Order: sequence, then structure tokens, then C-alpha cells
Amino acid sequence: MCLAYPGKVIEINGCEGRVELVGNQYNVNLVLVPEVAIGQYVLVHAGYAIQIVDEEVARETWEIFNQIDEKLA
Amino acid sequence: MDNIQNILEHLFRQAALVDRTIRIMEICGTHTVAIQRAGIRSLLPKNIKLISGPGCPVCVTPAGYIDALIELAGRKDVVIATYGDMVRVTGSKSSLAAQRAEGRNVQVVVSASDGLAFAMENPGKQVVFAGVGFETTTPPTADVILRADQKTIRNFSALTAHKLVIPAIEALLVSPTCAIDGFLCPGHVSVLIGADAYKPIAEKFLRPCVVAGFDALQIIAAIDRIVSQVVEKQSLVENIYSAVVKPEPLLSAKKLVDEVFATVDTEWRALGIIPESGLAIKSRYGEFDSQKKFHISIPVVADPPGCRCAEVIQGLIDPVDCPLFGRRCTPIDPVGPCMVSSEGACQAWYKYS
Repeated sequence: MCLAYPGKVIEINGCEGRVELVGNQYNVNLVLVPEVAIGQYVLVHAGYAIQIVDEEVARETWEIFNQIDEKLA
Repeated sequence: MDNIQNILEHLFRQAALVDRTIRIMEICGTHTVAIQRAGIRSLLPKNIKLISGPGCPVCVTPAGYIDALIELAGRKDVVIATYGDMVRVTGSKSSLAAQRAEGRNVQVVVSASDGLAFAMENPGKQVVFAGVGFETTTPPTADVILRADQKTIRNFSALTAHKLVIPAIEALLVSPTCAIDGFLCPGHVSVLIGADAYKPIAEKFLRPCVVAGFDALQIIAAIDRIVSQVVEKQSLVENIYSAVVKPEPLLSAKKLVDEVFATVDTEWRALGIIPESGLAIKSRYGEFDSQKKFHISIPVVADPPGCRCAEVIQGLIDPVDCPLFGRRCTPIDPVGPCMVSSEGACQAWYKYS
């Protein structure tokens, strides 16, 4: 439950935004990372971005998320 | 960072210097799953024992809380908005899934925001958001309560059972039966609370604390660091997930949570009441507190007869030592909370052992 997934911020509209993750887009709340800019990567947990990370961390997190989450499903 | 083979070799050399069992507790359900999935136990020296602590939010949410949600679900025009993880958990008699099958309104949401949006789209319904979990899910609950307040949304409230990780670890450590040598600290909860939050555990209780991510390399490296600290008789906070976790807490989240919630004593399933380990909605935001709005309380409910989840999550026994494990209690027909959740110690043990 406490595993965040990474996404690339592609849209910001106040505290609301959209992230892209392997071709899919999701709504994300950005209230916890007010300094985020379009093009940056964030970790998203329960619909809220909790941290800005670099692209490499985002990629690694995606690989882990993919492995663990298929087991959680 | 070194490769796994080098780290394991170092770990074996260090562990050989200690002539007893070193007991390491992970306090994040995602670590529990990652450890089982990667078969990490089988790679470790024989005298290292990994224990799954109270790190699964579903497992530690008390049965009485589920009972209260079910009672609300039975009221006219009430819709329960809940994270999917909670739907199968049974209270003293039933689960939200069973209630939904009987026609009650239970809406699964992926975020607190979706719960609030659902309320705004359905003004004729009273939406109760089931706010559970640790420090990762608390800021979203605070955010939706603040937004509901700002927008004067009268048909939204939250029944909360949010919990704090650090007081739970401290409660384990003050128990006279505690035999834990160090802690593998959660990855993403630590983003919110900051790695420095573990300093009291390291400094007051003299236990090594290592924050790690979720891949096998990080987990094994963290175990190696904990064992090395045991060998050196040190108790420090180390953060090997520093690309993601900072020393300090996420201030934006802390500000939201401090505005909406106050620290209270709270009940943990299987562990009982732990002082100052939970959060309650401040009276200022009382109209968004489902307990006040609907005049209900969360009853204290005994654990199922024979269930030994309490001992499992304190590291006193392994899941297989419970007489119900794998016989009366399975993931298909779970008895105890640790078998219900995919991140529960018993279910992870059952699936991967």
C-alpha cells in the first residue's frame, strides 16, 4: 500500500496535474510538490505526487513497481 | 553501489562474527512482499532472521473500524469511498465486499481526491471516505478535508484510522519480550517523515535503522549495514535510498497534516492501544469527521479466536507457527488480518514459501 509509482509530469493546472507512465496518463494531485515543473518526474502514491526524482530513479522505480505490483495483484 | 555478490560476501563475513541470531524487522508491507518475492531469506546467513513487523496498514486497522464503516454503509444515502485494499478485510462479522454484494454502496477509489470528487458529483449522497494508512496516505486525507472545508462541501466526511510508524516501533521496543536487533525502514513512508525521524530509535533504543528502497540490492545492502552496525556495536540511522528519501520530512505534507489532525492514542489491530500513535481530525474540522457527523464510535473488538497475528507482527513467532496458518486460515478464507492483505506477513509467507 505504501509503494509509489513514478510518472512524468505533462500537465499542471494549479494543484492538479497529469503524469505519463509507459504511455498511459493519470490524474495526479501536486499539492505536496508545489515546486514541480512540467517534464520532471515524480513518485505518485494514492493519487498524490510525494517526491520529485530524477529520470534514472523514476526508471528504476518503475521496474521495481512492475515486479512487485504484479505479485500484489 | 556494489553488486549483490560482493554485498552478500561481506554480509556473510560480518554475520560470522556474531555468535547468535540477529533479528531484523522490516516495517513496510511492500518490503515484506519484496523480500518474499526475491527469496531474500534463502540468500542470507543462517543466523540472520527477518521479521515482518506491523507495516501493513490493512493488517493493523482494527476490526471495530471496519464494523463502523459497515454500520455507516447501512445508513440511507451513505456511500463508503475506500481504497481497494480495505474491501476484503473483515470486521467482527462482515467485510465491505460482502456488504457491497448485498447492495450497500461501497465505491472503490484510488485517491482521496477521487472520493471528494465523487461527493461533488453526487450531492444527494453522503460520502464517507475511509481514511486509513500510515504517513503516505494521511496528507491526502488532510488535503481533501481542507478542500471540502474551503468549498463548503456538506456531503463529504472521513472516517479516519491513520497511524504513525515511529510510535509503533517504540511500543514494540518497550515490550519486555522484544528481541529485535535492528530495523529495515520503509522507503516511501520515509519520504514523508524523513530519515531523521528514526533517530530516537537509534539513539534512545540503540537499534540500527537503515532506510532502503524496494529492490533486492537495496534490501540486502540494508541488511548488511544493520549487521555491520551490530558487529561494531553501533546504532545509527543510515539512508541508502537517498536519491528519494531526504533527512528531513516533507514539509508540505507536514503542514497539511498538522493543520487537520491531532496526535491521539489509537488502537492497532492485534497490538492494542499504542500511546500517541494515531491521528484524529481536529474539532475545528469536526463537520468532516464521520464519527461526529454520524454520531458513531469505533467499537473495540477482540481478535478472532486462535489467531496469532499479534505475535507474528511483533516477531515473536513466524506465520507457520500459528496453528491456523495454511489450514483454517488461507488467503482465500482468511481468519487473521495478516492473511487478508497481499502485504500481510502471513499472506506473503503463504504465497512464496
